Amino acid sequence: MTCQQVVELVTSYLEGTMAADERARFEEHLVLCDGCDRYVRQIRRTIDLIGEVDEESLSPSTRDRLLDAFADWNRPGA
Amino acid sequence: MAGTGTRERASDTADDRALLDALRAGDESTFASIVDGWSGSMLRVAAVHVSTHSSAEEVVQETWLAVIKGLHAFRGQSSLRTWVYRILVNQAKSRGVREKRVVPFASLGSGSDDEPAVEPSRFQGPGDQYPGGWREFPAEWPEQAALSREMHAVVNHALDTLPPRQRIVVALRDLEGHSAEEVSDLLEISTGNQRVLLHRGRSVVRAHLERYFSSASAGRAR
Repeated sequence: MTCQQVVELVTSYLEGTMAADERARFEEHLVLCDGCDRYVRQIRRTIDLIGEVDEESLSPSTRDRLLDAFADWNRPGA
Repeated sequence: MAGTGTRERASDTADDRALLDALRAGDESTFASIVDGWSGSMLRVAAVHVSTHSSAEEVVQETWLAVIKGLHAFRGQSSLRTWVYRILVNQAKSRGVREKRVVPFASLGSGSDDEPAVEPSRFQGPGDQYPGGWREFPAEWPEQAALSREMHAVVNHALDTLPPRQRIVVALRDLEGHSAEEVSDLLEISTGNQRVLLHRGRSVVRAHLERYFSSASAGRAR
């Protein structure tokens, strides 16, 4: 397995969709290759950083409207 | 499927039961917390089918109203979230049809999905000692616990530059925390296709961060 192959397989590796023998070769490569080990750590770090970006959200007026609708639904006899 | 997906599913069932009970009992803070927790990714999914942000927002609003109306009728055949998203996708699609924006997901911003994760020039060629090996290892990134405002901007910008299909998949997976299975269901794509889009999108974001870190360290060296 070459480094150039490793960088294309990293997502399959992290997703857990690799066959056992390929996974073993991938992990063996990481033990022997500092460059690829670093690359995989950087991809993990990238995933963490993406997770810290702000999510989109509803406008406050839509949010209020929904909370009101839920409260109305909840009111006995409504 | 990956073990983590199964684990999520098992705990989902218990959480789901509690969520549903609280909602049916009219617990307003529970309702507010799922609206706040899920609406972000719902907006992204709706945006696949409709033409503007305000349409997407209306679709999400209609979905929540339908959820409120259907709470007592919901039988729990699927998870609560799956049910909500199914309503969402149906609402978004019919809205998209009304807006005559029937854009199949497959045709959105395609073309670069099979580009390499890393520039081929960074690897040794056929005549070199180790063909396919790094010419030079990627530089180590500085350790930093928190996301600085600057890095935040880099990641945001990187996400903005992604073709829509990659952006949606990366956002749903890594930003909103959906499983691979959920994302392929929501977008109606194969798990393989989902993985290709995720792979390409993450690789591009990593490359943006790499450029940012290398220019930042060049700045310090100067």
